[in-house]
Amino acid sequence: MTIGIVVFPGSNCDRDVRWALEGCLGVPTRFLWHEERDLQGLEAVVLPGGFSYGDYLRCGAIARFAPVLEEVRRFASEGGPVLGICNGFQVLTELGLLPGALTRNIGLHFICEPTPLEVRPGACRWLAGYQSGEEIALPIAHGEGRYQLQEDQLRQLEDNGQVVLRYKANPNGSMGDVAGLCNPKGNVLGLMPHPERACDQLTGGEDGRRLLASLLG
Amino acid sequence: MPHFHARVQVSLRPSVLDPAGEATRAAAGRLGVEGVTRLRIGKAIEVEIDAPDQATAQQRLELLSERLLANPVIENWTLDLIETA
Repeated sequence: MTIGIVVFPGSNCDRDVRWALEGCLGVPTRFLWHEERDLQGLEAVVLPGGFSYGDYLRCGAIARFAPVLEEVRRFASEGGPVLGICNGFQVLTELGLLPGALTRNIGLHFICEPTPLEVRPGACRWLAGYQSGEEIALPIAHGEGRYQLQEDQLRQLEDNGQVVLRYKANPNGSMGDVAGLCNPKGNVLGLMPHPERACDQLTGGEDGRRLLASLLG
Repeated sequence: MPHFHARVQVSLRPSVLDPAGEATRAAAGRLGVEGVTRLRIGKAIEVEIDAPDQATAQQRLELLSERLLANPVIENWTLDLIETA
């Protein structure tokens, strides 16, 4: 199995994701430059963190039009597993694969720290390795992670079990303490925390390992 | 071909918190400017466009505003269009 890692101009967690997948889990990866269209042979696609296209206009607004994302959209619609981490989550919302938007942190600061989360995996295949209600800690590193959606639509997501990761101590003002969302089919997950930075006991714990390892079955 | 100038104003929807605007409002007080009760930060985007007629220019700019310049989940936009040549 090979996992594709999309590389936009301005991505900066692409190598971290590769290190976590290859170095910690032994899963081969392939970098997908934003202008590529060939996803053949890939079992899953990861949109990594960073500042795609400099986050010009809005986070993820320009990335949404990258050629590779047309293919990622098709891949996701066919049930292919897609994971958006941090900037990748912002791109998934701009792309319309997940609802809502990520906006400026309530305190305006860029926050970089471990944060406690509650996991409610539901149908999300990326979180199949976690118990419902389990508490984990993953690092966050973002300035624009405040989740925003109309309240009735957020309630709908909650009723559907799509709010799969919640902050235990909301750091950024996210509505509904949303830290991560899954699509109804369970194959597309977007989250602000960085599981790839929590795959080794020496560097930030191992709570993210089961998320990335979920595809190994 | 006629040439048009447009200004697209993008503002956060009223329901969306604007912490940067709030911080700026607080700074207004520290500058000594009193009475500022509300301050919201948006974007003004200047666009030059060639189109066969005003209706076409309007249509293209509406698409641009709705699908790229603003994110309707969190933002509203308005469009001012002026034919310049």
